[in-house]
Amino acid sequence: MLYREAGQYKTSYAADEAVFALREDRIGLIVVLFVAFVVVPLTSHDFMLQAVLIPFLVFSLAAIGLNILTGYTGLISLGTGAFMGVGAYACYKLTTLFPSVNIIVWVIASGFFSAAVGVLFGLPSLRIKGFYLAVATLAAQFFLSWCFIRVPWLYNNNISGAIEVPTRTLFGVPVTGATATSLTRYFVVLTIVVAMTWFASNLVHGRIGRMWMAVRDMDLAAELIGIRLLPTKLLAFAISSFYCGVAGALMVFLWYGGAESAVFDVNQSFFILFMVIVGGLGSLTGSFFGAALIFILPIALRVVAPALGLPLHPSTVEQLQYVIVGALIIFFLIVEPNGLARLWQIGKQKLRVWPFPY
Amino acid sequence: MRSPTGNEIAAGEVILAVENVSLAFGGVKAVSDISFDIRKGEIRAIIGPNGAGKTSMLNVINGFYTPQQGRITYKGQTRAKMRPHEAAIGGIARTFQNVALFRGMTALDNIMAGRSLKMRSNLFWQLLRYGPAMTEEVEHRRRVEDIIEFLEIAHIRKVPVGVLPYGLQKRVELGRALAMEPDLLLLDEPMAGMNLEEKEDMSRYILDVNNFYGTTIALIEHDMGVVMDLSDRVVVLDYGRKIADGTPDEVKRDRAVIDAYLGVAH
Amino acid sequence: MDILYKIFIDPFMQMGQAPDLLVQTLWEGLVAGVLYSLIALGFVLIFKASGVFNFAQGIMVVFAALTLVGLYALLGRWGLPAGHLTAFIALGLTIGVMFALAVAVERLILRPLVNQPDIILFMATFGLTYLLIGMGQIVFGGESKVMIAEELYLPRGAIDFKLAGGFVSLQKIDIAAAIIASVMVATLAIFFQRTRIGRALRAVADSHMAALSVGISLEQIWVVVWFAAGIVALTTGIMWGARSEVSFALEIIALKALPVLILGGFTSIPGAIVGGLIIGIGEKLGEFYWGPLLGSGIESWLAYVIALLFLLYRPQGLFGERIIERI
Repeated sequence: MLYREAGQYKTSYAADEAVFALREDRIGLIVVLFVAFVVVPLTSHDFMLQAVLIPFLVFSLAAIGLNILTGYTGLISLGTGAFMGVGAYACYKLTTLFPSVNIIVWVIASGFFSAAVGVLFGLPSLRIKGFYLAVATLAAQFFLSWCFIRVPWLYNNNISGAIEVPTRTLFGVPVTGATATSLTRYFVVLTIVVAMTWFASNLVHGRIGRMWMAVRDMDLAAELIGIRLLPTKLLAFAISSFYCGVAGALMVFLWYGGAESAVFDVNQSFFILFMVIVGGLGSLTGSFFGAALIFILPIALRVVAPALGLPLHPSTVEQLQYVIVGALIIFFLIVEPNGLARLWQIGKQKLRVWPFPY
Repeated sequence: MRSPTGNEIAAGEVILAVENVSLAFGGVKAVSDISFDIRKGEIRAIIGPNGAGKTSMLNVINGFYTPQQGRITYKGQTRAKMRPHEAAIGGIARTFQNVALFRGMTALDNIMAGRSLKMRSNLFWQLLRYGPAMTEEVEHRRRVEDIIEFLEIAHIRKVPVGVLPYGLQKRVELGRALAMEPDLLLLDEPMAGMNLEEKEDMSRYILDVNNFYGTTIALIEHDMGVVMDLSDRVVVLDYGRKIADGTPDEVKRDRAVIDAYLGVAH
Repeated sequence: MDILYKIFIDPFMQMGQAPDLLVQTLWEGLVAGVLYSLIALGFVLIFKASGVFNFAQGIMVVFAALTLVGLYALLGRWGLPAGHLTAFIALGLTIGVMFALAVAVERLILRPLVNQPDIILFMATFGLTYLLIGMGQIVFGGESKVMIAEELYLPRGAIDFKLAGGFVSLQKIDIAAAIIASVMVATLAIFFQRTRIGRALRAVADSHMAALSVGISLEQIWVVVWFAAGIVALTTGIMWGARSEVSFALEIIALKALPVLILGGFTSIPGAIVGGLIIGIGEKLGEFYWGPLLGSGIESWLAYVIALLFLLYRPQGLFGERIIERI
């Protein structure tokens, strides 16, 4: 009885075209935002914010980025980690070259660098498809990874080869660097992620989203209704890489506080891909679910296992994590190829007809 | 109507002319030296036994295949080949023998996708889904709803097309083609695998499209009854060659056509 | 001008001046290429017969090698004397494990996912990759191990010979690897061409549906190809392990095999071999002669760039069939 569409008549196409057409969905969204912006900051301690929520939001943003490319446009990318790296290094260079410009501006601007690199490595998608393209994106991954190590200019010739985040302020409050509080960082990350999720949602529900999905579902037919494949695919690469780049910049500047090239290696790419698979290809909500499951799982393992009286060695935890992630992926692909997002849909459907089974 | 390529053609004049077109895959000739034309406003049938080169011919017309020889004149512009999206911009729409819908999308989204070419709002407004983007979305939704009503598929509007029965998929595909507001509509076996009732419905839609919108239609069909009833002129292909061209009555009496269908040794 | 000289002239001058180094580099490239070819071969076998792009092939190499070394150590702990006999018992047991893996993969992954889109199966092999990494580490430990090369009668040491005033040194194990790889490829070719199962495999590669309709059991075929790919992986693992050591760092060579596949085409066995050799040799020459220009380590991406450029020119690979798209 709580979740019904009966009685909600849409009287205009504009109402029916709304992303959240159901009143209950809109209320749900408001509740989630209220919790995220008000309840969490009031109740959470530093560990929760710094080690769980900020990374969760960062990974969700990266997963949305990859989902735009893989889930919506059907182009598999194994170079997500590298595109995140481009964002992080671009942001680092920009803020050290122009320290007076606001850091938030640079975080967003770094996305454009990442987008440009993404478009460059997306060019082969005109001629190659499917698995071949997936392998081609690995070229981007390895080449960029190499650049992060071998081009000292990128990390300002630091001896350590790592980038260290300087302190930057917003309205006089430090948002990056050692003096920034977890709470400030959380608010900044949350705001950026919410805004970008809203943009992504607008995009995939409109003309561009339909063009992407058309290319994904049947590229030949898409071409014959007048969709030009290369610009459509390149736009997907650009937007996807933009999201990944911003996620990378946020990761280094508002979470780690410093990073070396290994953070953006091929395993990071796989990690994000798993989030997208488990969460659901072609679902923005799913990206959040996937990020939550894949990221929070090892933390949970570390916390829960000792509580059950199983003292696990840290390396065993990592190995177990591999096994569980692997098994989860196979499980999801077999039982629910559309991921957690589909389970969420089914759950809502059940609620809709509850208490009657049909 | 907007037509960036070519000139406006008056009813009854030739909208598309195919001259001496040949197409081969490796050593296999799919189409050899075929010429015919399509006049604005007519229903033109392309018939022939399996493997006669009918679908290849449609693929040449909308630029999916590039013929080795021959010329295609569309709306007064002659060219050796056409890019598929150029054909789409020029107003050529198409349905497929094996339904080529976007299976992961709803019926509504499929038909809306057919209007991609006509939608102009830029990335900025798309990101906000506000202002021009929303106005445009609603305006095109209204047009699409007209098509949905016309094809009587309102009840499946929000259903992913992958789960629809075949007959409905064919209708959604026709809807997607109509959403392009085409000048020339190519239909590849629109009634294949349908029962009598579905065929009657589909025939009615085709005639209505032709009558009300004045859309020129080229169709491939195996059901001779349908072909003879619907079409104004018929071209007959066999083994990649043209063996007859004329009104349904002329074609029906043609010796070569009867031989091709009854299988006389060549 | 200076940079053009360094790119286009200087490396070739060096080659001419020190032919012994050139031969040595070519040989190193050839050997690396043989191993890439073997991994690519495992991919191709599975792709041909089931249309599955098996991302886990590289990890199967590591898993097989680890299992072999681990079982040998285990047998030793149970009191079997160290030596040839125990090594071959371990080898036999490892083959058994690879068979069990093939059956498990078919039962638990392929069968429930039959008729799913290719991308889903591809991603399932990602899951398999992580599963194998995790299980391998839990069972055998994460530290690197030494391959039991000598116990398996694999030769050690090097053959040196003089060439144009310098020395070229060939590792015996590398020669053995080249020979074993050739024998294996020949055996597989005969198996594909001459036996009943081979014919069935080719039928399945052409069309699953058609093969089913003439009474070929897909399940059986899948077990056979995954087992064959497992054997190929084991061989690769032994060879690679004997040259360096057995650890999950080997994982990276699996990713190296992917450009080989692009170059050779996903369905061509000759393509896998020729592609492997081209990538192996190209990579070593590039690193040795052009690497210093860019800073070292270009090996990590050079193969991908070679493959990518090639792909733009010929999207179906060296030996792949031309793709005619139909609609």
